[in-house]
This record gives sequence, structure tokens and C-alpha cells, in this order.
Amino acid sequence: MLKQTPSQTVGPYFAYAWTPELYGRRPLLSNVLTTTDTVGERIRVEGVVTDGEGAPIRDCVVEIWQADAQGRVQPGAAGFGRCGTTEEGLYRFDTVKPGATGDGEAPHIAVTVFARGMLAHAFTRVYFADEERANAEDPTLALVPEDRRSSLIASRADTPGGAVYRFDIRLQGDRETVFFDL
Amino acid sequence: MTHTPQAEADFAPRDWTQHPPYLSPAYKSTVLRSPSKPLIPVKQSLLTRSGPVFGHDSLREFDNDLTKNGRVNGEPLGERIIVTGRVLDESGRPVPNTLLEIWQANATGRYVHRWDQHDAPLDPNFFGAGRCVTDDQGRYRFTSIKPGAYPWGNHHNAWRPAHIHFSLFGPAYLTRLVTQMYFPGDPLLPLDPIYNGIPEGARDLLISRFSIDVTEPVWALGYEFDIVLRGRDATPMEA
Repeated sequence: MLKQTPSQTVGPYFAYAWTPELYGRRPLLSNVLTTTDTVGERIRVEGVVTDGEGAPIRDCVVEIWQADAQGRVQPGAAGFGRCGTTEEGLYRFDTVKPGATGDGEAPHIAVTVFARGMLAHAFTRVYFADEERANAEDPTLALVPEDRRSSLIASRADTPGGAVYRFDIRLQGDRETVFFDL
Repeated sequence: MTHTPQAEADFAPRDWTQHPPYLSPAYKSTVLRSPSKPLIPVKQSLLTRSGPVFGHDSLREFDNDLTKNGRVNGEPLGERIIVTGRVLDESGRPVPNTLLEIWQANATGRYVHRWDQHDAPLDPNFFGAGRCVTDDQGRYRFTSIKPGAYPWGNHHNAWRPAHIHFSLFGPAYLTRLVTQMYFPGDPLLPLDPIYNGIPEGARDLLISRFSIDVTEPVWALGYEFDIVLRGRDATPMEA
């Protein structure tokens, strides 16, 4: 058996390669997963990424992977998004609310976090506050100590522009986001 | 005995004897950015065993040639290099049709990134980012300029060894890997807390090999760098 190639940090200087539209170049990935044809409830998922002292992290990238509104995993890269954080540590995705994939899990979005100072990426998940019943039966949430589950559940605000789910990511500290060994 | 991957089989777990821990205090930025609570093991699912696919049609001309994709009024300065290798899983099977994103400093050790204030010249003809996709045999190849070392603020007289950043997707959401490729014989490697964050026995997997076979006469030096991603657990079958 071969050994896995070790992970290293993205460092601070990835934006011109990962989100090159800021440098007038063609991006391959973006934080908008919807097109005019996309079926399902349009939602925004956003939050701030903070460190162990609560300071926002500006050199962070959040990637997401999700099923479509019917719970199907789309071919290609349609269910994939990438967003670099702003100076204020904010990331934001425009997407659709995913359906349940039918294997017993509540609707959720898979999330990967990269940053300067992270020698390996971290996996987490966005669950939805208005899916209380499905969340109660979700086998993954059931593995999380009850007092930490709230870190995985995005709150919903219905705004004139549509539903906005708030999902802050705290890399460290008392209210640290739950990260998975996946 | 042969090993056959099962379509629905799980992928091997992340091997934490190979990867750096989140907290690696010599690399100071890890101190406040490392998750401190134990990771919670979860089952792999329909969603996490699948992943985005970026085929050859996601590439444009010169995406895999960093000596050409940033040209404004001439050729970039520095030592021209060819970097090639295979992306494999832990059983040695090729990972075909998978996207690699690469980015690096120029020959003077300066990044195009707006935050990089290192007092070394930018090269107007070098952008420093590219993409390639592996072929049926898991092979990738790109042309670039050998990056320079550069100072950073981690500690007194800290210098990063020359490196190229690699981002890979692999066949699933959970096979994602971001890493850095280093160059053989770099005297800065033993002094680098990012490189040293890796468990000792695994570090040299990130050092590329100089190859006279990849080297093109009167043109560019060749380096080989293979990358191993998490594989599907193989089910032993009788031959």
C-alpha cells in the first residue's frame, strides 16, 4: 500500500489562484451555485469564520458540496461552491436548499474549511434550523454531544431577498464548531 | 490475489500518521486556528462518497503552462521547469480525470497576491497560477518557473523553502487534498515549521525528484512528483 501524501496549508496567498476573478482571470468555481434553470428554494448561506480569540479570519476559503433540491447528487460540479472570506471573515453562498438524499440523513450541506494556519482542512456540515424533525433523526447529529449540536445548525431569517441561513464557523474555543473525522 | 474496488465501498480514513496535526505551535498561526476538540468520526455517505468532477473541458489553452499564461510583453524570468507525476490512490490505482490547481511565487520569491509585500520584484510576465487535469493513467504535467524562497514573519529570519502549492479533488468530496511540493536538497527544509509540521517519516513524500528523463534538452529542467489520495477500501478477492 502507498502512503497518503501529507496535507499542507493553503498559506495566505491563494486568492489569485482560487478566486482569480479578483485578478481579472477566469474562475472555475464560484459562490453562486444557481442558474436561472435551477429548481428549488433559493437560499443564501453565510457566516463569519473566526479564530480562538473570536477574531475574523480573512485568509480562509470555504467550500461546499450538496445535493439538489430533490436530494440528488448532480453530475459534474453543479453542487459545488467555493468562497474566500472577506476582510471581515465573511463568506456567502447563493444556492438552493438541498433535499434529503434518502439514506436517512437530514438535508445538509457538506463544508470544507481551509486557511492560513490550518495544516489540514477541516470538515463540517450545515444543517437547517427549520428541519427540526429530520435533524432529530439524523444519525450524524446523533453522534455529536447534545451541547455542541447547535454549532451545526444554521438559523433561518426570511428576508425580502429570500431565506438567509446564518452559519458561523468558529475554528477554536468554547463554542467551537464541530468538525468531523471523515 | 487481486483487489477490486467496490462501487459503494468506503474510502480509507485520513491517515493522521501522514498528515500534520492541526496544532503545530512552531507554526504560530496554528495556535489560534486549530480545532481543539476531538474530531467526531462519522460514517461516509452518498454525498461524501461522491464529489465534483472537473474534466478536461474545464481547461483553457496555457492553463498548464505558467511560462505562457501570464505573458504581457515577453518571457518570464527564471529557471524553466517541467513538473509531472501521477495521482494515485493508496492501492496504486491511477486517479484519472481529476483537477489540479497550482500556484506559486515567481523566481524572486514574490507572489502576485496583493497582500504580498516582500521587497522582491514582481515579474510582469508571470502570474503564477495554473490548472491541469490528469489523463487516463493519472498523469499530470505542467511547465513553470522555479519559484524562489521568501521570508515570512513566523520567527526571526524565517524563510519558506521554494515550493509549489497543489490543490486536488480526487474522486470524492472526502478525497480533497491541498499540499505543497518542495525541491530536492533545499537547505531551508529542515528549518521550516510548515514542512516540519508533518510527522517525521512522511515529510520526504513532499520533495519532488529531479529527473534527467523529464528534463528537456536546451529547454527546461524536469521534476517528478507523485501524489497519493485516499483510496477505496479494497475487498480481497481470490485470483
